[in-house]
Amino acid sequence: MSVWARIAGWAALVFGLLYFFVPLAGLFEFSLRARRGVYSFDAYVRVLADPQFQATFSYSVVMALVTIVIGVLIVVPTAFWVRLKMPWARPYVEFLTLMPLVIPAIVIVFGYIRLYNTSSWLPLTGSVFGTNLLLAFGYTILALPYMYRAVDTGLRTIDVATLTEAAQSLGAGWTTILSRVILPNVLPAVLSGAFLTFAIVIGEFTLAALLDRPAFGPYLQRIGANKPYEPFALSVIAFAITWGCLALIQLVSRLQKTTRRPA
Amino acid sequence: MAFLTLTNIQKSFGPVKVVHDFDMTIDKGEFVSFLGPSGCGKTTILRMIAGFEVPTGGSIVIDNRDQGNLKPNQRNIGMVFQAYALFPNMNVHQNVAFGLKVAGKRKAEIDARVKEMLSLIKLEHLADRYPYQMSGGQQQRVALARALAPMPQVLLLDEPLSALDAKIRVSLREEIRLIQQKLGITTVFVTHDQEEALSISDRIVVMNAGRADQIGTPFEIYNKPTTRFVASFVGTLNIIEAKVVDPATSRIAIGGQQLALKEPIASMKASEVISLALRPEAVTIAEGAKGDTELTGEVIATNFLGSVIRTRIRVGENVVSFDMFNSPGIRPPAIGETITLHFAASDLLVIRD
Repeated sequence: MSVWARIAGWAALVFGLLYFFVPLAGLFEFSLRARRGVYSFDAYVRVLADPQFQATFSYSVVMALVTIVIGVLIVVPTAFWVRLKMPWARPYVEFLTLMPLVIPAIVIVFGYIRLYNTSSWLPLTGSVFGTNLLLAFGYTILALPYMYRAVDTGLRTIDVATLTEAAQSLGAGWTTILSRVILPNVLPAVLSGAFLTFAIVIGEFTLAALLDRPAFGPYLQRIGANKPYEPFALSVIAFAITWGCLALIQLVSRLQKTTRRPA
Repeated sequence: MAFLTLTNIQKSFGPVKVVHDFDMTIDKGEFVSFLGPSGCGKTTILRMIAGFEVPTGGSIVIDNRDQGNLKPNQRNIGMVFQAYALFPNMNVHQNVAFGLKVAGKRKAEIDARVKEMLSLIKLEHLADRYPYQMSGGQQQRVALARALAPMPQVLLLDEPLSALDAKIRVSLREEIRLIQQKLGITTVFVTHDQEEALSISDRIVVMNAGRADQIGTPFEIYNKPTTRFVASFVGTLNIIEAKVVDPATSRIAIGGQQLALKEPIASMKASEVISLALRPEAVTIAEGAKGDTELTGEVIATNFLGSVIRTRIRVGENVVSFDMFNSPGIRPPAIGETITLHFAASDLLVIRD
């Protein structure tokens, strides 16, 4: 590689890092200015002490966990079955799982409200539990592209057909095969999908706002409209949560590598 | 008495028929190998016995019980795969215990059986290892122990040695045979390696294009092949074209040289062209060697194969190979040299298909 090409490469990298980190640094710096004249974490203290923050954040965490469970229960058996018995259907299923990236969340939520309103045959929006359930299903749909891809990639690293047949020849039924052979072997991939789902659910606004649920996304928007420094502190917290999830994905990916035979 | 009976088994994938009307009975404790090239249907038959493929026609009976309506996990059949198929998330102990746990055995019983199986494969000291921490040979031995642990009625081995290197392959196949004999378990072994099949089987089924060309003991398969395919697939074989001279006295001519066969060919006509089979190891060039028959030809090639030297000579239109054991004092024939081959007339077999 020539010297100029190397310099150009480094310049591009530095530009990219500045482009990404300068606004973040500005955001962080501003979030520390709550006290006049000195830097402080006052905005963070106020945000973390706010009962609304605690309630909405807890609600979103619970919803994220429910979404992850539903996603795993739907995606793992589906991806397994497609790989094992219907490999021809893989492109179609992949296309289907990509739809949430194309269809905006607002379309999905209006569809839900139209289908499951109080005068419909299944009035899910008529109760808090029903609406929560609807929200969890909505989140599952939004996270589907990430969860499916993560699980499918995980399944690609193991010989699904042979492991299934080996388990069958040892007397195992489908539930045992899925729970004791397939799921533990794609667990790092499932966890990657789960962390992505968590990051999506924590910051999601549209579904929660239109279904009128006390989630973290709408709280973030409300605070942003009414307070000067707290929204920036919240943004930094949201970034930290997302990065924490990405770090965990990296961690479980490394864990997966160490349990595989070196090529 | 027949323990495993395959009756009129057929299998088609769409319009392609891969197994044609296959019949066979296997006795309890017998070791039967299915030998054949890729795509001959041997693995398909094995997978039908295991329940992974559903036969298009015919029946599979094990110990007087029709397996037709049984799912793979209801058949009590142990299987070892080419790719080991150990569960990567479980250590050796957990892998071997898997079938016993699924069967709902008590912990004490499971531990005792796993210990017994690991002692059988001599890997007790690796009970805590994970598959990725073991060699291919060790993994395959664990796979064997895992398949045997639930005490299956039949053991199926689907090319279990193919992924291993040559030395491990030889030692493991001997180990498999010893364990099989010790447990007396009925075993079906699929391989494309003739040496493997010949060395460990009670009987061999040579498969060709979805049909059993010949079923017999290794000795019968090697020494008395009944079809051209079996003769050419098992071992190295010279196929020699000859012209019938006198059917009544079994005299024939190879490249103008006349000789008498031991086999009667009275049903053939004079001047008819027939195919003969001759094993390279049945031929010698030593002076005064045993053998009542001779053929003379010109050396066209010699190949050094380590323990043997394979030489090819031209006899008329035919090329005949023969083997000489290598030793420091041996002088391989020179190319262009004219030499005489000696062999017993009984080693010259008529291929009738």
